[in-house]
Amino acid sequence: MNTLLYTFHFYLFGLIAIASAVAFVTRKSPVAAALWLVNTMFCLSALYVMLDAQFIGAVQVLVYAGAIMVVFLFVVMLLNLGQASDVTDIRGLGGRLTAGLVGLAMVAELFALSRMRLPKLTSAMTDHANVVNPVSAPLFHEYLLPFEVTSVVLLVAVIGAVVLAKRGPNAS
Amino acid sequence: MINEALFFSAVLFTIGVVGVLTRRNAIIIFMCVELMLNAVNLSFIALSRLHGSANGQVFVLFVMTIAAAEAAVGLAIIISIFRHHKSVDLRNINLLKG
Repeated sequence: MNTLLYTFHFYLFGLIAIASAVAFVTRKSPVAAALWLVNTMFCLSALYVMLDAQFIGAVQVLVYAGAIMVVFLFVVMLLNLGQASDVTDIRGLGGRLTAGLVGLAMVAELFALSRMRLPKLTSAMTDHANVVNPVSAPLFHEYLLPFEVTSVVLLVAVIGAVVLAKRGPNAS
Repeated sequence: MINEALFFSAVLFTIGVVGVLTRRNAIIIFMCVELMLNAVNLSFIALSRLHGSANGQVFVLFVMTIAAAEAAVGLAIIISIFRHHKSVDLRNINLLKG
């Protein structure tokens, strides 16, 4: 019963995520597209929790759905792009054909790969009372140097964003 | 569950690629790139569950940081392009086209 419920919810969230992603790609208005993408990210966070990554699920909601998408919506608001333009922004026949072919090739690859057998699933990783420790221990021991480098990357990105978005001295 | 998670991840990645190839609005293309990064994160989490170790989750944290940096820089570029062209349609940005 428990595993049946688990499987049902796993498929439910996965299918909602895929349906929202399709809706996201096909919307004309950038605001509607962004909100569908937020829906996809919430479903992905639910999948993370069901795959025993509770901390990453919380970070996904905070960082992706909370911070990154808000930045996107802010830019849409600042540039006043909220309404869908009357001319469609979907590419012409050539672009659509290329995209369709690439999509078909990737789906074919998917079915070829799905015959591969995965090794047996190991039992649940940790007790559910302690979910941050298994992530933070490797982060601050084995991966300490990459962790410090990401902070430098963030600093450079912030400086670069300010420099790029700033108006020049002689701009109107 | 791992097979299904990898399947969902591949389908989401394909949707992101098709979005990048078919849309012309620069902001929507950026969001498609975020969708692809999310799909990769899902397969990281699934494989980390398969191996019973949390190292994959550490990489998801790194991917999220880089995605945040990329979104900040990319949106700044879009803002400065918009100042120049008064549009974010990729048809108008053809400076490097032969």
